[in-house]
Amino acid sequence: MKTIEQTTDEILTLAATHFQVSRAELQPGDDFYKKLGIDSLQALELLTRLENHFHVELPDYEVQGVSDFHTLATRIQARL
Amino acid sequence: MLDLAKYDSLGAALRDSLARWPDEVCLIEADREREKSRLTYRQFGEAADLVAAALEESGFGPGDRAAIIMTNQPKWLISAYAVFFAGGVLVPLDYKLSASEHLQLLAHSQAQILFVEYPLWRAIVQALAFREHKLRKVFVTEAPPNADLAGAQRWEEFCGARAPEFRPRALMDTACIVYSSGTGGHPRGCMLTHENYLEQCAAVSPIFPFRPGARYLSIIPTNHAIDFMGGFVMPFTGGGTVVHLRTLRPEFIREAFTKYKITYMAVVPLILKNLQRGLRERFSALPAAKRKMLDALIGVNRALTRAKPRPGLSRVLLKDIHNAFGGGLQALLVGGAFTEPATIEFFHNIGIPIYNGYGCTEACTAITLNDLRPFRPDTVGKPVPGMEIRIVGPDADGIGEVAVRSKTVMSGYLDDPEMTAETLVNGWLMTGDLGRVDASGHLQLFGRKKNMIVTAEGKNIYPEDIENNFEGIAVKEFCVYAANYIWPQHTMTGEQLVLVLHLEPGHVVDGAFVKEVNRRNAQLQNYKRVSGYIVWEHDFPRNAAMKIRRVVLAGLIGKQLERDAMVSL
Repeated sequence: MKTIEQTTDEILTLAATHFQVSRAELQPGDDFYKKLGIDSLQALELLTRLENHFHVELPDYEVQGVSDFHTLATRIQARL
Repeated sequence: MLDLAKYDSLGAALRDSLARWPDEVCLIEADREREKSRLTYRQFGEAADLVAAALEESGFGPGDRAAIIMTNQPKWLISAYAVFFAGGVLVPLDYKLSASEHLQLLAHSQAQILFVEYPLWRAIVQALAFREHKLRKVFVTEAPPNADLAGAQRWEEFCGARAPEFRPRALMDTACIVYSSGTGGHPRGCMLTHENYLEQCAAVSPIFPFRPGARYLSIIPTNHAIDFMGGFVMPFTGGGTVVHLRTLRPEFIREAFTKYKITYMAVVPLILKNLQRGLRERFSALPAAKRKMLDALIGVNRALTRAKPRPGLSRVLLKDIHNAFGGGLQALLVGGAFTEPATIEFFHNIGIPIYNGYGCTEACTAITLNDLRPFRPDTVGKPVPGMEIRIVGPDADGIGEVAVRSKTVMSGYLDDPEMTAETLVNGWLMTGDLGRVDASGHLQLFGRKKNMIVTAEGKNIYPEDIENNFEGIAVKEFCVYAANYIWPQHTMTGEQLVLVLHLEPGHVVDGAFVKEVNRRNAQLQNYKRVSGYIVWEHDFPRNAAMKIRRVVLAGLIGKQLERDAMVSL
């Protein structure tokens, strides 16, 4: 079982790769809309990547209102 | 389609739809790649009868109000139909609002009944204001077997025993109360009558005719006027099929086009731009020779479809692209917010019949629509049948406020005669948008007269509504504006909100202050956030009741500060 820190780290790495930003620039508390410069549909695309990576399925409503990496990680962690 | 002139209410028209096409499929529900259910009109009626009977048995009757907070799915439409059947007034709420906003609007609408999905109900129950709600009954869909429903009942068990009695309504009775925005103390509940909906449906259906077999992909939330019309009233009164997706993931939207051979789809600009981005990436990945060929074919298509769409020809010329859209797409409608002409042009060039328009909840959806004859992406089209448009107070360039008169215009804002009187003037709906009608009768838009923004997701945001979120920050006074209201620009895209700060004497904006503002900002849904702040060094002008004189303040700021004084957050 992964720790929440590991899950968060993997999310940050995936987000950095997918949206071509430096991993070093991303922190768990960051607002991913602002930091990655993405809209709500691109956030859903990121979610699909994360689902494939972690082998979980997250309904859209689970991430409604979520905008920082740490909260996203807790939602994924709860389904691991 | 049904002859809507014969009907006095939405409920009566919908009831006849079920009788006319009993064996046609009216709803398909899919979740990702999995199809969950299909209902014929007969099955839809049987499911709705149970709910209507239970409403009747619970004492719900004509004029009573019932709210729905659900994502796009069959139970949304089944519940709505049951409410109309019972003579009720529907209050469709945006599922994307926060739980406290839901409670505010439920209280404002005085809804007695609520139909809600379990995850959304769970959030509402946890909100502070939950204890004050006045709902008589709540019906929760898809709750897990052992879930604590906090006094609510399961939607699936809400079944009456007797056949329900249809309750007729009159044309001028309110059918729906639709909130165009306003959760920060000034809710704008548009009261839309049965006549409004029947007139709008009769005006738009000839342009996008539904028949059995025609399929509409429902993506825009059904509480929104566009999807309520395009994804409920229009397909039902024409015997068509509505496809519901339980996700907005772009990859599943793309898949649904081909899997369900979609005929019509309405989108907001955000989704359209996402589709454009996906296509551009695919075009860029083509080998150079194929790309050159594609560009040439797009050029030919553009030249041959300038005067009018020729979908058959476009499908032959650009077969692969059209196959990716299912091969049977008759129209892609974009609305809810202003769409950049370049995006519309992109789709037109590849032969996708894209219709942009202009409308608002207060006018029951569409005011104008581009008929593509000829293609005019620089405009939002001509008035739909039955709609009169007038430009009030035009300047030297002919630009003034767009006013609208039609049988589709709302009867007023719920419990707000003052705002109603400001908005409905001598029978004309004052839209607050600035426009000009050109020689060919096309409407062009040039920004807003009112202090508000519309996001690419089609969300109306009034700055006053988010001020609560910044209450208590360490300043003498503050307020929020639409930046274009202070510094007018002839554009309706990329609109931003700006926080105006009047600091205490001797104070400066430091790191800790900005951190606190950012923290408050992050509590808002991402589309409601302010983009930056400006520091204003004078007292805000106020009236006798100490309310900020916003028009005066905006004028003063606009004269003394440039737009680049705005500091990004």
